[in-house]
Amino acid sequence: MNIGRVIGNVVVTRKDANLLGVTLLLVQPLTPNRQPAGRTIVAADSVGAGVGEEVFFVRGKEASFPFYPVETPVDAGIVGIVDHWDLG
Amino acid sequence: MLLAKIVGTVVATRKDPRLVSSKLLVARPIDPRGKAEGSYLVAVDTVEAGVGETVLIVSGSSARMASGMKDCPVDAVVVGIVDEIEVNE
Repeated sequence: MNIGRVIGNVVVTRKDANLLGVTLLLVQPLTPNRQPAGRTIVAADSVGAGVGEEVFFVRGKEASFPFYPVETPVDAGIVGIVDHWDLG
Repeated sequence: MLLAKIVGTVVATRKDPRLVSSKLLVARPIDPRGKAEGSYLVAVDTVEAGVGETVLIVSGSSARMASGMKDCPVDAVVVGIVDEIEVNE
């Protein structure tokens, strides 16, 4: 999993039937110093995250597991909202 | 998933039998502001996207979960046509 910040959302009307009702958010992965790390991705939201929040997300087929048993075609999904994080 | 702009189509007569009747598109990934980034990729179309449209592409093994793609040898599928991208940084 990676930590990122939600920076926006994507509106998609015409889409795969199994994506209906799935919120799609723009997530910018972050470095430990909260700087942007790499390419912005589109992730499915299953925890009710909002713009500006720090989240952690999973990549790959596992991103569809929150929607089980529906086989939602997603390769990135937000699975938690970060309250705070520290580096020892 | 990644955002991309459709820039072309691919015609392939000889191909894996499970790809027969699949429409193949050439896509260029873009950032949320529309700037092209990274290299081109070939994706199967499941939503009747056309050249010039901004789309949502799912890649990796998740691509096989798209409609009609079960057990197909694909790793990138167009699963949505993007209407709007809102960035609030």
